[in-house]
Amino acid sequence: MNAMPASYLWLIPLLPFAGFLINGTLGRKLPRPAVGAVALLFTAVPAVLVAWLWSTMQSAGELSMEVVGRPWIQITGFQVDFAFAVDHLTLLMLGVVTGVGFLIHIYSVGYMAHEEGYWRFFAYLNLFMFFMSVLVLAANFLLLFVGWEGVGLASYLLIGFYFRKNSAANAGKKAFVVNRIGDFGFLLAMFLLIAHFGSLSFHQVFATIGQHPEWQGARFLTAIALLLVLGAAGKSAQIPLYVWLPDAMEGPTPVSALIHAATMVTAGIYMVARAHVLFDHAPAAMMVVACIGAATAIFAASIGMVQHDIKRVLAYSTISQLGYMFLACGVGAYTAGIFHLLTHAFFKALLFLAAGSVIHALGGEQDMRKMGGLWRKIPITFWTMTVGVLAIAGIPPFAGFFSKDEILYQTFVSHNPVGKLLWLVGLATAGMTSFYMFRLWFKTFFGEPRLEQGSMEHHGAAVHARSTTTLTMVAEKDEELAHGHGVHESPWIMLLPLVILAGLSVVGGWVGVPAALGGHNEIEHFLAPVFASGTVAEAPVAAGGNGLELALAAISVLVAVVGFYVAYLFYFKKPGTAAAIARRNKLAYTTLENKYWVDEFYQNFLVTPLLMFTRGFLELLFERGVVNGSGRAVGFGTRGFAWMTRSQISGNIRSYAGWLAMGAAVVIAVMVFGRALWVHL
Amino acid sequence: MVPIAYYLVLAAILFSIGIAAFLIKRNVITIFISIELMLNAVNLTFVAFAHMWHQVAGQIFVFFVMVVAAAEAAVGLAIIISIFRTRQTLNVDEIDLMKS
Repeated sequence: MNAMPASYLWLIPLLPFAGFLINGTLGRKLPRPAVGAVALLFTAVPAVLVAWLWSTMQSAGELSMEVVGRPWIQITGFQVDFAFAVDHLTLLMLGVVTGVGFLIHIYSVGYMAHEEGYWRFFAYLNLFMFFMSVLVLAANFLLLFVGWEGVGLASYLLIGFYFRKNSAANAGKKAFVVNRIGDFGFLLAMFLLIAHFGSLSFHQVFATIGQHPEWQGARFLTAIALLLVLGAAGKSAQIPLYVWLPDAMEGPTPVSALIHAATMVTAGIYMVARAHVLFDHAPAAMMVVACIGAATAIFAASIGMVQHDIKRVLAYSTISQLGYMFLACGVGAYTAGIFHLLTHAFFKALLFLAAGSVIHALGGEQDMRKMGGLWRKIPITFWTMTVGVLAIAGIPPFAGFFSKDEILYQTFVSHNPVGKLLWLVGLATAGMTSFYMFRLWFKTFFGEPRLEQGSMEHHGAAVHARSTTTLTMVAEKDEELAHGHGVHESPWIMLLPLVILAGLSVVGGWVGVPAALGGHNEIEHFLAPVFASGTVAEAPVAAGGNGLELALAAISVLVAVVGFYVAYLFYFKKPGTAAAIARRNKLAYTTLENKYWVDEFYQNFLVTPLLMFTRGFLELLFERGVVNGSGRAVGFGTRGFAWMTRSQISGNIRSYAGWLAMGAAVVIAVMVFGRALWVHL
Repeated sequence: MVPIAYYLVLAAILFSIGIAAFLIKRNVITIFISIELMLNAVNLTFVAFAHMWHQVAGQIFVFFVMVVAAAEAAVGLAIIISIFRTRQTLNVDEIDLMKS
């Protein structure tokens, strides 16, 4: 195949943008198939381009390429370009974004078929693809930030897609505001970068750092890195800014799969990996990243164990898995983090889409307490979901096992002083992950059908918009009715992406089979040029030997199996055990069910005081006093002046003429005597 | 030959009379005449200077002024007639529709 011209790189983001423009402007008038076709076409072509780019770079043996468009900001001593850079990390991310993105677009055509605002949905989705490609391709921090903000916008629009529903509108706002806090850190980091390096280009900044080995641990580098971590914590939903992600489940399910599982939320991890040179020189920041990651992983997993909404379980699971990726970056195992990002994109997108298929089959029901016994009715969804569950639980040889194991192993052997503790936390999280995923699996697909009769009756257009969290009626065990109203398998257009993603969830991990298990760890070699470059103090991963790696792998598989077994006992063998335990440990259970009251804490200690300050000081004193006051003063001043001069506008021609004559006289006087006066002064 | 100053003083006197009449008189017709007086005072200075410098440009200016004045007189008189028809007066103090 011919080599791809470098200028085609611009098409990768611009084509989805064109799709956004077409669907956003004309979409309202176009028929649904046309809208879907436009959206699919303008995401399929970039995916093909990425594949072409990949093969071009592989065959040419190129490690990186850069395309500079034109200068964007140009002032003395500082320049930012519209520039794209591609290296192996970018390639991998582009592959995930365009590939998984395209699959989810296909799925959406089926899922959203009966929804209002079909064109709007696809316009937003294409807009997201545009900004995400910009984020991944950017060759400097500022352009990355453009993509960063853009995906935030798309996320906001899509979370609030059902904007008539109050909770959805609020969730969108919450996501936007919480992300702003992180972006604030990102902005400050960029200002510091400009102040210290005079540049925002990745290449320049990292090369400069590489030339100064004495900067190891320098305070300004640590400050920049920590501020970047704040930004990453906002976008990737880490403690303390994770609260927006569970609420983001108000959006349509394909959105949760694409934005809030596979791509956008991994932007933080991508950014940390991209700036790894910076982080390598800031061990304190690395420590923070590792601790945040581990804490988030176990924290979110523990909440996920008791949630009842199928999508919320997956949301907390996503936060927890992102915590793993953070942990990997924090211990310097960027490759492991990116590897997990890759496999997670496959299996979490699969899980979300499968959950969407379940919800679709049940006519909008999301509460797992009302599901059950579905596996015979929706077999394809069941089997694909099973693959996803096995993958995330870490059962070999599915994808999640290899990536998660790599992270745990790297954490164990890292130089981090608390590495062993972090490993233990990660291991406990693995057990919890296995437990809550199999809990979801058993509750959804096995046992007695618990669907109540009413909820199937309004299956149709508006059903996805219905609030599902407030249903408290006692479930009726009426299998006949559920059958009668058709718990049905989804159409093939939704099942096809499921099957493809299931395949990827099986084989996706095989690119990173460690040597200890007889593999070659291709992904590590693939990413090695990215993560080796610029590193001064190359931290050689302490070779623990194959024996240690195998032992750790065995332990984590054991933990995963224990998680499965506990879930099996609780939710299949003896249903009711879980409820009994919950009753006995009332306090612990309520704490978990209320998500540690973090939302309430933020509400009472941050939002409310801030609102009081805003309403009391800013609105009452500043807005009404200073802003309105000065406005009024100007108004009254003008009126007073007008009142004084109004008598002059008499409509009397002779008085006008008099003023005119006087003015002329003054002008003449100035012309005749003015010069003399001027000289004397 | 009459010195230039004589012409200028005469022009100034005529102009001042014009302004005074313009400001004092209430009849629109009289005001109109005072405007003509001012225009002609200016014309006089033009002609005087043209004669002094032996240049024809000033005299041509005078013709222009006269043409404009004639046109203005036509329009102005038409306005005055229509004002008189509607308001039955030529007293400018009573024509104050523009009063705020």
